[in-house]
Amino acid sequence: MISSPGLRERNDDKTFRIAVLLIALASVALCAALGIELAKGSSLAWAKFGFSFLTGREWNPVTEQFGALPFIYGTAASSLIALLISVPLGIGSAIFLAEIAPRKLSAVLCFMIELLAAIPSVIIGLMGIFVLVPAVRWIEPFLTKHLSWLPFFTGAPYGVGLLAAGLILSVMMLPYITSISRELLLAVPQPLKEGMLGLGSTRWEMVRHVCLPYARSGILGAVFLALGRALGETMAVTMVIGNTPKISLSLLAPAYTMSAVIANELAEATSDIYTHSLVGVALALFLITFIVNGVARLLVRGLTEEHAR
Amino acid sequence: MKKLAFALFAAMAAIQANAADKILINGAGATFPYPIYSKWFDDYSRLHPEIQINYQSIGSGGGISNITNHTVDFGASDGPMNDEQLAKLDGKLLHIPTVLGAVVPVYNLEGVKDLKLSPAALSDIFLGKVTNWNDAEIKADNPGITLPDSPITVVHRSDGSGTSFCFTDYLSKVNPQWLKNVGRATSVQWPVGLGGKGNEGVSGLVKQTPGSVGYVELIYALQNKIDYASVKNASGKFVKADLASVSAAAAGVKMPKDYRVSITDASGKNAYPIATFTWLLVYQANKGGTGKVMHDFLKWMISEGQKSAPTLGYAPLPKGVAAMVKKTIETVK
Repeated sequence: MISSPGLRERNDDKTFRIAVLLIALASVALCAALGIELAKGSSLAWAKFGFSFLTGREWNPVTEQFGALPFIYGTAASSLIALLISVPLGIGSAIFLAEIAPRKLSAVLCFMIELLAAIPSVIIGLMGIFVLVPAVRWIEPFLTKHLSWLPFFTGAPYGVGLLAAGLILSVMMLPYITSISRELLLAVPQPLKEGMLGLGSTRWEMVRHVCLPYARSGILGAVFLALGRALGETMAVTMVIGNTPKISLSLLAPAYTMSAVIANELAEATSDIYTHSLVGVALALFLITFIVNGVARLLVRGLTEEHAR
Repeated sequence: MKKLAFALFAAMAAIQANAADKILINGAGATFPYPIYSKWFDDYSRLHPEIQINYQSIGSGGGISNITNHTVDFGASDGPMNDEQLAKLDGKLLHIPTVLGAVVPVYNLEGVKDLKLSPAALSDIFLGKVTNWNDAEIKADNPGITLPDSPITVVHRSDGSGTSFCFTDYLSKVNPQWLKNVGRATSVQWPVGLGGKGNEGVSGLVKQTPGSVGYVELIYALQNKIDYASVKNASGKFVKADLASVSAAAAGVKMPKDYRVSITDASGKNAYPIATFTWLLVYQANKGGTGKVMHDFLKWMISEGQKSAPTLGYAPLPKGVAAMVKKTIETVK
């Protein structure tokens, strides 16, 4: 039937190649267009405040004085707290699910953890208001009583604040880290593990010296994926962070994040410089996510190369 | 498959034809009057099936920018547009007052029922100068009430809102220090306190936090059964917000021709001092048939529509203002 199968295949391949190339270019173009639009939409803010837009601590819509530092700090601090909580928890539960739990239990638990990722953030935020915040308010007096010699645990026990935001973000990051890490640990070649056990190591030593190093670069990737979610999370955070653009070392103090201030104030921003400043915050967030992703790439590549050696 | 596609096409054509018969009016703006507006537009469409009015409650700021750019047929705002904003317009825009609302100071103090707050006490709490409930400034107005020795947690709106504008407008009038340090706007730099998102965010925080004080729309405090304080008005009387005291605030005001007026700190004897009009923003000259439809709707709103306001917790316009607005509506073309 087909006279020259070779030619036809080559033609099809060509069409296919061009099609996927266009699709790939479209996503790059989209990203570039986003950056350009954000830069254009915030030009007034950069012209008026310059670099001090990023270092200014005042955010006053009435006098139209805008500095984004409190929001950058809030985003960074809440994400850092979330990382500190969710990384050990996530990797720990991944090890349990992959190596220790019985197959069936592991499957059920894993399903439930992945379900956590599917819960809309506004619902997690509501849980935060009604369950987490009262709990934090109950714990905070103990923290201030016993740990107030650290600058991180001072101030009034409002319940809402950086600590609550970090906790809620860690809940949202957990499924990503756990589920991906588990898959990676399951992919560790059986002979490697058996060899280690055959040498007389304990299960912990096997995990520590074989599984984790083998899956290391992938796990790092998972952590950064989760961090990406934390940096951009808006709804759940704004519901529990207290929305106060002030910089305080204390975890108990209310703070504000970049995405939250955009969502809260853009609808009512009436003057040009006000909207431009909010878009400026968006641009800063865009660049920070970009940098975080770039660093993640470098780290993952570094680890993979080291691994390959 | 073909049959299904045909059926779909036919259905779409039918919808299209239906839509073509209808006159579509689009509006956007304030969230505060949204419940009453959606009831009005619904009722009006029922009376006039050929007209459909869509309203997006995207916030007063959004309403102002949309009507400025002509992306909607009418806007809505809880705060009047300022001169700078009006200067950007390419046609004459009317502020049509529709109903009145009030902002109340809600609080969470166990066992304290009828808290009274003077303008000085209220503004000093929000300035962060009064930080404890047993401060002499609060005590002086509340004889016979035992106020606890506990810190005050201030809660304010974190999102830009007409509610915040009304509240800060009031504080700016009663306390020169507030005017100088903070000012009036839909979002301000709050000296103290926590930010809650939306009326529900503020009331949620106040309900949960013992010793807290915040501000929400009257309807919201009523629906959620949160205690709210009475506030001393300009005549020296403590008034609790309700439909009568809000109407009293509007009745005493001298209405300018363009309706851009603030009625906070009103002077009437029974006037509640933290109240505001809310406005529809309509161009005087409209293209096509839009003007006629707007004119007819507004005429209905100012007579029939006003009757449904109290059922939703809004105070209707005082008679004098309504009569004035009626004349203005006649100029909409």
